[in-house]
Amino acid sequence: MSEAADFTVDGEGILRFSGALTLPRLDDLADRLDALETPPARIDLSGVQRMDTVGAWLVHRLTRDSGAVTQGASEDCARLIDQVAQADKPCRIRPDHVSPLARVLAQIGAATVVAWQTLLGLIGFFGAIVVSTGAVIRNPRKFRGNAVARQFEVVGVDALAIIGLMSILIGIVIAQQGAVQLRQFGAEVFTINLIGRITLRELGVLMTAIMVAGRSGSAFAAQLGSMKLAEEVDAMRTIGVSPMEALVLPRVLATVVLMPLLGFYASLVAIIGGGILCWISLEIPPATYIQRIREVVPMTDLWVGLIKAPVFGAIVAIAGCYQGMQVKGNAEEVGLRTTAAVVQAIFLVIVLDAFFAVFFSSIGWI
Amino acid sequence: MGQGSDDIAIHVQGLKNAFGDQVVHEGLDLDVRRGEIIGVVGGSGTGKSVLMRSIIGLQMPEAGEVTVFGVPMLGRYDEGEAEAIRRRWGVLFQNGALFSTLTVAENVEVPLREYYPQLSETLLDEIASYKIVMSGLPVEAGPKYPSELSGGMRKRAGLARALALDPELLFLDEPTAGLDPIGAAAFDELLADLQERLGLTVFLITHDLDTLYAICDRVAVLADRKVIAVGTIPELLALDHPWIQEYFNGPRGRVAADTAQRNGTGPDMAGSN
Repeated sequence: MSEAADFTVDGEGILRFSGALTLPRLDDLADRLDALETPPARIDLSGVQRMDTVGAWLVHRLTRDSGAVTQGASEDCARLIDQVAQADKPCRIRPDHVSPLARVLAQIGAATVVAWQTLLGLIGFFGAIVVSTGAVIRNPRKFRGNAVARQFEVVGVDALAIIGLMSILIGIVIAQQGAVQLRQFGAEVFTINLIGRITLRELGVLMTAIMVAGRSGSAFAAQLGSMKLAEEVDAMRTIGVSPMEALVLPRVLATVVLMPLLGFYASLVAIIGGGILCWISLEIPPATYIQRIREVVPMTDLWVGLIKAPVFGAIVAIAGCYQGMQVKGNAEEVGLRTTAAVVQAIFLVIVLDAFFAVFFSSIGWI
Repeated sequence: MGQGSDDIAIHVQGLKNAFGDQVVHEGLDLDVRRGEIIGVVGGSGTGKSVLMRSIIGLQMPEAGEVTVFGVPMLGRYDEGEAEAIRRRWGVLFQNGALFSTLTVAENVEVPLREYYPQLSETLLDEIASYKIVMSGLPVEAGPKYPSELSGGMRKRAGLARALALDPELLFLDEPTAGLDPIGAAAFDELLADLQERLGLTVFLITHDLDTLYAICDRVAVLADRKVIAVGTIPELLALDHPWIQEYFNGPRGRVAADTAQRNGTGPDMAGSN
């Protein structure tokens, strides 16, 4: 191995390099060169064993800043220094710095614009879905039964286990928390009212919508997004297949149809979960529990849940498909759009749930 | 030539790679000499990239040995020695593989920071600047993020990063694929120039016949799970293998040969040494 890079300065101001002027052998040579008090008059390179572009750069920088001339460079070294000198153009490393205030304001502005555009886009996308639904109704041959059945399986059947598990736990938690609080008033028996009404009216459908947004809404965005990236969607259009009819409609339809079923199933399982806890911890036998549920839960609670469910399903599916279809550019965007799909779906579901709550109260379904 | 292992940069022997039942390489041998540009060609799916990944340690072969600069690369757990070898090579992946959260210049600085933390910030920035210019990028590309660059510029930026440590050995995976002919020719020229200046050994995977004729000293042909032939293009043409004949004597091969002849970089010159 060659010697470490080094240099000496003699009385006549001649700076002599020695050793290998290469990156691995450099050590603190650059700092020592910077620390030179008087610029050298001449630079002697005859002692240099090897040189790479970093070594050449250091020599070039020294000659550029001090005006010294080099001597004794081998042909290779001279050429290398020459090449590096040609590449000496100042180049910025990082983008321009923006002041924090301006950046925050710009981000707020950009986020507002994006939010507004997304809202408009979602509404437009909903319109496009309505139009293609109309086209399919006029021309039922365009209906893709297989695709819809496939989505039924993916969105619905495959989700039964996880939604069931989630719901039974929610039922148990509501019953347990309710029992603890109501016991203070000696009103433990109202735990049953709590479980029956809250799961059918709110939690069954809401939690299912959140679960479907996480499972299927994200999958829609990722699937359609990667198809957009691979130009599959463009290929479809050129062949004359409408991506709306072939990709979006089956997914939206399947989710809209399945959400009430899944929501009802979730409410039922949650009631069972609550019943188990009541049986074990409050010693209310299952027969009594079911009897009480029938007495205290009005039919309208079921309708409230079932009316909300398809709307939530539509929101989840539309947000997923819309974000998927917006993907362009690179794979990173698929990830961002998938996240956006889930966040928007859950946010819109909760906003709409609030509106529904006010609406149903005001029509007397309390 | 042939002075023993000192002259050999990469030595691959008896390499076997398989994915499940699908055997990609079996009994593959290849020697790459120091200071040469070796072109690796082969049909789609013959495992050109897999071979490169086995040499640089991204793919664990089932059998065989790989030696780089006389140091065996497989079956060792001594990270220090592997690291010492790793600093002596640079790799350009097919799509540049730039880190998307860093600017081009910061990308070039990553290997420098990793291996030489003692370098000052100013020197780092200066090194990154001249590497970027040397790789044929405009200076405006320095503060840009990879997503703001065209495919050709991304490849050049990838090359700048691969050259950051002044490597002795350069691995390039289809560097000219997806470039327009002018950009590809400029890339060839740049590569030949850098190779000559820095004395690089270049392992070049390519489909580009013009590149093969223009800059490769030797060409290794991958087929039937092994390297069936290594040699200059005239040496390969003298062989009677159907794939080689079709590859170099097909319509595209002949056009590339004619072009190379006109430019004076043809097989005649390559074969004359």
